[in-house]
Amino acid sequence: MYRDSDRAQVTPQLAIRVAVIGGIALAMFAVIFFRLWYLQVLSGDRHLADANDNRVREIKVNAPRGEIVDRNGRVLVDNRPGLALKVTPDKLPEDEAERGQLYARLAEVLGTKDSIIRRRVRDQLKLLPFSTATVKQDVDSQVVQYVLENQEKLPGITIERVFLRSYPHKQTGAHLFGTVGEVNEEQLEDERYRGVTQGDRVGQSGVEYSYDRFLRGRNGANRLQVDALGTLEGELARREPVQGRKLRLTVDLDVQDAGQKALAGTKGAFVVMDVRSGEIRALGSSPSFDPNIFAKVIRESDFKRLSAKENGEPLANRAISGLYPTGSTFKLITSVAALEGGLITPDTIQVDGGSITVGGITFKNAQDAVHGAIALRRALEVSSDVFFYKLGLEANGQGDGEQIQRWASRLGIGKPTGIDLPGESEGLVPTPDWRNDLFKKKLTDRAWSVGDNINLSVGQGDLQANPLQLASAYAAVANGGFTVRPHLGKRIEDSDGRVLQEFEQQARKKLGIKAQNRQAILEGLRLAASGGDGTSTDVFKGFPVPIAGKTGTAERGIGRPDQSWYVALAPYPDPRYVVAVTDEAGGFGAASAAPKARQILAALYDVEGDTAQPGKSRTN
Amino acid sequence: MESPFGTAVRGFRESGPRIVRLDPLLLVATVALLFCSIYTLYTATGDDVEGSPLFYVIRQSIYAVVGIGLMLAIARFDYSRLRELKLGIYGVMIATIFLVFVVGAAARGSQRWIELPFFRFQPSELGKLLLIVALSAFLIDRLRRGSERETTSRIMLLAIVPAMLVVVQPDLGSAMVYLVIAVTILFMAGTRWTHFAALGGIAVLAMSLVLVAAPAAGVELLKPYQVDRLTAFLDRTDNPREQGYQLNQSITAIGSGEKTGRGPEAASQTKLDFLPEHHTDFVFSVVGEQFGFAGAAFVLSLFALLIWRGLRIMTMSKNLYGTLIAAGITAMLMFQVFINVGMTIGIMPITGIPLPLMSYGGSSVIVTLLGIGLLQSIHVHARELAAAKTAL
Repeated sequence: MYRDSDRAQVTPQLAIRVAVIGGIALAMFAVIFFRLWYLQVLSGDRHLADANDNRVREIKVNAPRGEIVDRNGRVLVDNRPGLALKVTPDKLPEDEAERGQLYARLAEVLGTKDSIIRRRVRDQLKLLPFSTATVKQDVDSQVVQYVLENQEKLPGITIERVFLRSYPHKQTGAHLFGTVGEVNEEQLEDERYRGVTQGDRVGQSGVEYSYDRFLRGRNGANRLQVDALGTLEGELARREPVQGRKLRLTVDLDVQDAGQKALAGTKGAFVVMDVRSGEIRALGSSPSFDPNIFAKVIRESDFKRLSAKENGEPLANRAISGLYPTGSTFKLITSVAALEGGLITPDTIQVDGGSITVGGITFKNAQDAVHGAIALRRALEVSSDVFFYKLGLEANGQGDGEQIQRWASRLGIGKPTGIDLPGESEGLVPTPDWRNDLFKKKLTDRAWSVGDNINLSVGQGDLQANPLQLASAYAAVANGGFTVRPHLGKRIEDSDGRVLQEFEQQARKKLGIKAQNRQAILEGLRLAASGGDGTSTDVFKGFPVPIAGKTGTAERGIGRPDQSWYVALAPYPDPRYVVAVTDEAGGFGAASAAPKARQILAALYDVEGDTAQPGKSRTN
Repeated sequence: MESPFGTAVRGFRESGPRIVRLDPLLLVATVALLFCSIYTLYTATGDDVEGSPLFYVIRQSIYAVVGIGLMLAIARFDYSRLRELKLGIYGVMIATIFLVFVVGAAARGSQRWIELPFFRFQPSELGKLLLIVALSAFLIDRLRRGSERETTSRIMLLAIVPAMLVVVQPDLGSAMVYLVIAVTILFMAGTRWTHFAALGGIAVLAMSLVLVAAPAAGVELLKPYQVDRLTAFLDRTDNPREQGYQLNQSITAIGSGEKTGRGPEAASQTKLDFLPEHHTDFVFSVVGEQFGFAGAAFVLSLFALLIWRGLRIMTMSKNLYGTLIAAGITAMLMFQVFINVGMTIGIMPITGIPLPLMSYGGSSVIVTLLGIGLLQSIHVHARELAAAKTAL
């Protein structure tokens, strides 16, 4: 150790120790400088980005969805401003008890439970911490009044304008438009919802779903500067929301309305389609519902009521998802199969003795009618069952026995049509393989027999099809043998009506039906609607447009009323439209479905003051 | 001959104002740092106190002026006379630290201050200086008698007593400064290297006891927040909302300054309060954000100048007492700069040690200036002796 005296000179030991401390200082500054260089010069831009992220909050401004209009530009779906009750989280009382009181007060005003409000707010804020949470989408003016008058008692509660879907025509077309609802977690991960963020409302069914990409628009955003406590310091930038595109449908509101009115009070469906392009002019299901209740968050009880079987399942779209035997309307398909398969020519005579017996079972005409020696046209006119039973019997024995099934499938029965609506059903064309397979698995009591094919030939038995499939099959025959893809979307327009995208119809598939065969079938259908013994002649009496059409009466089991069908082609001889109507409990085709079809055709052809009377034909 | 002021300065010597024998570079560094502090506070704290944008600026200016006055007064005073007062000085230090427990004002879980009419007096700050002066004196007295080992352990004990007292306050940072001071003074007094090895061993043992063994045994010697703060820098992503938050915000602030800074207006980390304690512990982060690498490097250069002058004064002191005091003060400054700046850039734990002269706070500023006054006094008296010898 050193001495305190004579410290005039620096001793070597002292110098070393000072140098050690100096060295430590040098090392210390070097470390700091290198670290600063790394932070500020080498990775400064990243930290600058972090600093900017820190101070900026984006508040989403929801974009109104695009309008949906009919083919003539009449508004089918638009938006109405609504008032939503929202919670701004950082303005809520800090104190847990005070906050509880606030929720309780709010619950009383809204007529709900405070635990529900609490949960709703918490769930939304968990996902978007700096956003506002919606307590209720659409509040009435009384609640708005109360909130505005009691602002000091309701800190953090605000009323905000939102856009809600509005359906001015209520029940008309409800099944087409579909519903809009908050995007769910599964959808958020789906590629087709790219750009959609939590809390956005997207199409959940109908064309709102199919064309959501165009309808949804682009959300706007307010970029706000906030401080460390989240307090607003000013607006940095604002991006206005852009409304979604306008969707023009192929639908004609008048025809749609007529169809909906014609079927009011029944359980049934109708389809009006352009046979060449596949454009849907009208498509509806009955009973219907008012889609306005889906504009805000739908109540559980409403949803239950609209899905209940005893109420006729109003939410179900029977036109595309109903599965029925089609009755005699199927004779079109049997005709095509028999002609194209060479079982008969248009002029091959068969004797209708009123019944045939195969394997000990007797198949009879309706009302025990006897039509005698007839060819195809006459068979269609009077809807002879025996004529077609014989075709079913013969087809079963020819080749692989699936001539009818093959043509049914080609014409689109038993498989989705590809219409731009979600929820289409597949249906079923019964084949020997299908039934034998079920039998092997012991799911049915018997194997395939010729009787099955005989039933199929007149649209009875295990056949399951929906009205749209049937309409498509008729369209293919009517247009000269091309399959069409039914569709509702016509084009996308901007707000000024400029066309942005036209939905081109897809390449049609030629089925190769011989012209004379097609001609014979159309003539037969024409006779059925206009001949002396036509099954629907009396229904279309006096109608200014020449109609060809087929009635159908499908048996739906013992104790249940028959299902009434009618498929019309107009105008004869070069049909432009197909109209398919079914009434689940309508009885004979001529009695219910045919007059309804006339009502729809009257709207389609603007026939003023037309009245439709039920027909008297009692055929299948 | 060694005066940079040449003959003009020498002309003053006869008339005797000791002010001319001050270390001019030390004075420049000191005053420049005070200006930097006041300017930084001016740009960073305008919105902090509602209705009084100059709140911190005015107070810091007053502390600076008072501190510089005291510094100049001490520079004239012969520090050697403090040797005889060592017992009294040590006693005052222990007493004021004790006083905190009696009348101290609680602040954020810590009890460090005594409320005075004009400002809050923080005894642990003044204690740093009193410890340097007393410890140096005790050490010189011990040099003539007793074994070296006994000297080392006694000196360490004298430092550990106040260190324990401030740890309880709790002020972990000051306690660490006390220990660094003691070790440095021992080192400069020529204590053997083996003693430091032993001290180092004991320190490691003590640390593992406090941080690992004691908590495992259920005894919490440090408050949980202290442990969190000490270990947060090791794993910043661990808990971004709590301890890691300050650190992340500080690093973001400094990094976003890039080469030349964002300027006072655009410095959002500071302006929007993302940076906590930006007028005290994290004032260096403000410099880094507002003035970038250039500004930070400038401030660090001033500190480097300060420390270089401290080291130089250690070698020119007229006696060992001056050398030890200068060593204590230089080590105190070095340690506080390194820990504080290191904390803002994420290489040191968060301990609540202020940046000397830069951080807002009366106790810290005035005590630092008193310490620099002592350095100046050592310089002045060394020069005086040299001048006297030359005159002879």
